[in-house]
Amino acid sequence: MESVLTSPAAASLFGLPAMIFAIIIPLLGIGVFVYIIVRRVTPLIQAAPDDRLNRVPERLKMVLKIWLAQWRQPRYLLAGIIHIVIFFGFLVLGIRSISLVIIGFADHFVMPGFGGSFGRMYNVLKDYAATLVLIACITAAVRRGLFKPARYAVPPRYGHGHTSEAIFVLGLISTLMLSESLFEASQAAAQVQQGVPAEFLAPLSLAWIFRQMLSGVALAALQGIHLSTYFIHDFTFFFFLCFLPLGKHFHVITSLFNVFFMRLEKGRVKPVRYGVEDDQLDELESFGVKKFTDFTWKHILDFYTCADCGRCSDRCPANTVGRPLSPRFVSIKGRDYAFRHYPLGGGNGRPPSEPLMGDIYSADEIWSCTTCGACEQECPLGIEYIDKMVDLRRGMVEEGMVPQSLQKPLGALEKRGNPWGIMEKKRAEWTKALSEDYPVKILDRKNSAATLYFVDSISSYDDRMQSLACATAKILNGVGIDFGILGKAERDSGHEVRRFGEEMLFQDLRAHNTDAIADAGVTRIVTADPHAFNALKNDYAELPPVEHISQTIARHVKSGRLRLKPVEDRTKVYTYHDPCYLGRHNELYDEPRAAIDAIPGLKRVEMTGNCRDRSFCCGGGGLMLFYEPEEEQRMGVLRVEMARKAGADVIVTACPFCLVNIEDAIKVSGMEGQMEAIDLAELVERHMVVA
Amino acid sequence: MAGQVFTYIVHKEGVADDSALELMAAAGKIYPEASVAAIVTGSGAHLDAVCDAMAASYPEVWKIDQDVLAYPNAEVIRRLLVNILPADAVVVLAHDTLGMDLGPGLSIKLDSVFVPDVVGVEGVRDNVLTVVRQEYSGQVYTHVRCDISAGAVINVRPGAFKPEESRSAAGQVVDKSAQAGDLSARRRFLEVVEAEVGDVDITKADVLVSVGRGIEDLENIEIAEGLAEAMGAVVSCSRPIVDAKWLEKARQVGTSGKTVKPKVYLALGISGSFQHMGGIKGSPFIVAVNKNPKAPIFQVADVGVVQDLLEFVPELTEKIKAK
Amino acid sequence: MEILVCVKRVPDTAENEIEVNREGNDIRRDDLVYSVNEWDNYAVEEAIQIVDKVGGSVTVVSLGDEEAEEVVRREMAMGANNGILLADEAFEGSDGKGLATILKAAVAKGNYDLILTGAQADDGAGQVGGMLAAMLDMPFASLVNSIEVLDGQKLKVGREIEGGNQEMNEIDLPCVLSIQTGINEPRYVGIRGIRKVASVEIPVWGASELGLVPEAVGAVGAKAQRVDYFVPAPGEGAEILEGSTDEIAAKLIELLKAKGGLK
Repeated sequence: MESVLTSPAAASLFGLPAMIFAIIIPLLGIGVFVYIIVRRVTPLIQAAPDDRLNRVPERLKMVLKIWLAQWRQPRYLLAGIIHIVIFFGFLVLGIRSISLVIIGFADHFVMPGFGGSFGRMYNVLKDYAATLVLIACITAAVRRGLFKPARYAVPPRYGHGHTSEAIFVLGLISTLMLSESLFEASQAAAQVQQGVPAEFLAPLSLAWIFRQMLSGVALAALQGIHLSTYFIHDFTFFFFLCFLPLGKHFHVITSLFNVFFMRLEKGRVKPVRYGVEDDQLDELESFGVKKFTDFTWKHILDFYTCADCGRCSDRCPANTVGRPLSPRFVSIKGRDYAFRHYPLGGGNGRPPSEPLMGDIYSADEIWSCTTCGACEQECPLGIEYIDKMVDLRRGMVEEGMVPQSLQKPLGALEKRGNPWGIMEKKRAEWTKALSEDYPVKILDRKNSAATLYFVDSISSYDDRMQSLACATAKILNGVGIDFGILGKAERDSGHEVRRFGEEMLFQDLRAHNTDAIADAGVTRIVTADPHAFNALKNDYAELPPVEHISQTIARHVKSGRLRLKPVEDRTKVYTYHDPCYLGRHNELYDEPRAAIDAIPGLKRVEMTGNCRDRSFCCGGGGLMLFYEPEEEQRMGVLRVEMARKAGADVIVTACPFCLVNIEDAIKVSGMEGQMEAIDLAELVERHMVVA
Repeated sequence: MAGQVFTYIVHKEGVADDSALELMAAAGKIYPEASVAAIVTGSGAHLDAVCDAMAASYPEVWKIDQDVLAYPNAEVIRRLLVNILPADAVVVLAHDTLGMDLGPGLSIKLDSVFVPDVVGVEGVRDNVLTVVRQEYSGQVYTHVRCDISAGAVINVRPGAFKPEESRSAAGQVVDKSAQAGDLSARRRFLEVVEAEVGDVDITKADVLVSVGRGIEDLENIEIAEGLAEAMGAVVSCSRPIVDAKWLEKARQVGTSGKTVKPKVYLALGISGSFQHMGGIKGSPFIVAVNKNPKAPIFQVADVGVVQDLLEFVPELTEKIKAK
Repeated sequence: MEILVCVKRVPDTAENEIEVNREGNDIRRDDLVYSVNEWDNYAVEEAIQIVDKVGGSVTVVSLGDEEAEEVVRREMAMGANNGILLADEAFEGSDGKGLATILKAAVAKGNYDLILTGAQADDGAGQVGGMLAAMLDMPFASLVNSIEVLDGQKLKVGREIEGGNQEMNEIDLPCVLSIQTGINEPRYVGIRGIRKVASVEIPVWGASELGLVPEAVGAVGAKAQRVDYFVPAPGEGAEILEGSTDEIAAKLIELLKAKGGLK
């Protein structure tokens, strides 16, 4: 095609061939970019190992779903759509921008494969893409600058806001879109003016509009626009590239990798150190994260990747109730720490050796996390938090920095196997409340059974929660399962012991329980405690299959073995609260609902927007019951309010800790008589038709 | 009969501590016929006032007036007592923060036997004194036998011995200041830092709703506050509540907290350690709510309710409000 | 500063119900859980904090049977540099003075600037610190709830006294202090910490190593001896209100009214 305007490669600028600039800008840009990336990668190399190169097919699947298909974006609808537009615009325009860069020194360059009809189709696509991206940028800027969604606000203790950076980047993107379109449009306008065939511009696209606008402009001016927009684009492109690794837009580069390397297993906690077996832990010099490079490289990559979108903190129950924890800032502070200690210029290259605790993180912040997993569920970039919390806690435990309120239950767990320090021999005393119709075997040398009911500490010892154990025993009896309990041979599952960073105590408890379960010779395990369920399923190894009582109930309802009578009180409206360790961590959402719905006549509503994988934590289980956080509000109180707003007056849950917290919250908020809480097992047992 | 019995009188601003007469009662239980001498140290007019007051009850009062004794520094007092006491003296001290500071070292310097925190005296036979002590926060008691032939230092628990009202003596005050000897010490008193005054003065309240460990959780403090509000009472607490930082130190009742003199004292989930009960003076009407029927508080309370306070108290509050 | 802290292994009363055994000569010990005496734990923490500030070392000494080694190890896991166990059959049945005599002999084998004990123990009498000081002829302060190192010669210490007040003193070194709870927040000792010191050699000193004649200590030398354990017959005690919660509350309200407890 004949060209009316002189191309950048053939033009001259400031009396020099423009090609010189077209070569220097990319060379300089790429040079600086590579230098920055090398600096950024330094802490990753110094960091702790992380095992993320396994299970490649699954990882590719995550990349396709979460990165390419932007799966989690629409959970926040407007922001999600804007992001999807910009994301796809980037993918489409990336090719265009690169070929633009190249034609600056290689005239008439065409990307391989983009010559024919595919190229023409692509050109239409990129015209529209640029247009949409510009619209998205303007919308985003208006939203961010004028409407200021609350989740972007930066509380004073976390430093200054990031809105200016966001707007600046939106400006850079807009500049790229405008310059690319003007470059294209000036050429097309000139061609049309001279009656020479012009590139087809997609109707109503930005380039098309510009062409219309430029139709009467003199040729020389068009030449000027053509050339200047080329170099504006060229410069902006490389400036942007080098600007990305300096802030929250680093995610444009790192997100692909971060999603590829993201955590695949739910419910698990990372080992103390990848590559070190449990029996060699004693030889480790140090446990957990104390200084920056104790984080794994993936965790530092997480810091780089955080786009500061605030979704994690928006869903974080600890942040919501005013605890001193905001997952977003766990990342941002980590990132800023890396930037500060690995500066682009200077620095001695040695890893910083100062403790993080008391510097960028506070003990209360790290103990505030209930490990509910809402943040990780939400993060569109696959950033993880629970493992970081656990690692930081491991570090604190080793340094002795454990709040007094947690030292006592930890000591009791060590000595007595339960956080209250009640004698081991009283562990089976709850069974005394059951009549002879419901025998509970204690699996020892004399008694054996196929199924073990793992009760765990709270249902064994807590006066109120013992009723949950009784209900579970009755259901197991009712459906004819041959079961027994470990009695005094059982120890706490250690679920929170591990998550609170006392790994060695957890391993002692695990070893004890594993032996006791092996001695019992059972082939199945059932539990009514999601924390025990998660521990046995994900933290223990080589145990018989484990199921939660809701699965048992759902299965037997389906088979007709468990029959339920019509609901006692038809006026009541029920709602189901997903316990974190049943729902998010183990994806058991439907079984408990099926079990509830099996009660004829029962009316159940959903806490829409706050159910299933968006369930709001009740306040945390296990050792979290003992921790005294700074907070303005109790999580449970908010949860009860959500249930009330959904129109429910009975909250059904399937976890003893949820029940403790929610019943407490009902009392605290003065809603006794209006709201009640019940465990799924209790509800089912109450409606069980006894054969 | 063995050595003479001496008591050491703690006083403040010219007024002897309540323990002064309790010590005489305890001394009387050790040697019913012995003549008991009260040792009063200090300086100036305050000292004279206390000596005169003691002479009304004690047959003999030893007064030691020295500037260095203006504030009771156990290290100084120990030197003094070693200088002035006969070798086989039986010394009875209150088991308070001074007695704990003074007693053990004094027994070594006098080369006599020491028994702390005595709650009962069974008597002396053949120079062997038998006393009663508590262990494990009062969960169990023990009898302790000690050989007092070479004297003894006996620390008695404040409040454990009832003063004998009838016993009055026109005692004489003997000034022993001249015999005090060298009182230099390697520990020097500097000052007393007063506890921070909170927003409330529990020492002036007529009715106290006091919470202890049984409240279980910070959030449950509200339950006690609700009851106090309904009753027009003030909330106080025992030491563990302050240690847990659930209430401020100014609300703590006990030997390491405030001494209160209410008319009515409601003890919610308080087991009733002696350190706590030591902070309750006068004889208030004590109501104890505790789910453990074996809690020692039921021994000293007038009325007991054996229930979980977390359930009982809200109900009580409701009922009071309804009236 | 060279600091010696005396620690004791005791039944953990917070986690145990203490009952008298059938013979009445001891408490029931079958199900008891033992740990380091709470006050002593604060003392060790304080010692570690002092050494962190001014340098020196912390030595922990425990007097008891072989099992007391467990608490020495725990305190070493906490951060104490050295541990010593004082165990000998001849020590059994010692009274406070006997214990202080043994500890004095142990102190004499070292060169300490500061000796700390807990203010009391659940099964003890809060006497050993004061006795030890007097035997060593060192100044002493009990119920210490703050320590400030002034210089190499003296400390400024706060004592917890009546009314929640604090008595400030200046005390010359070397000295003996008995530590009250609440002086600090003792650090946590995890399983890993204990394992790290599991193989550290802890010297065990008996009467001969300490140069003690058996007659001076143990039951033989004790002038004060515990003869039994008992639980007194319940006295009059409180009038326990009976009935339903409702009835109890109603009765109590009547009583409170009568006594001026309701306004």
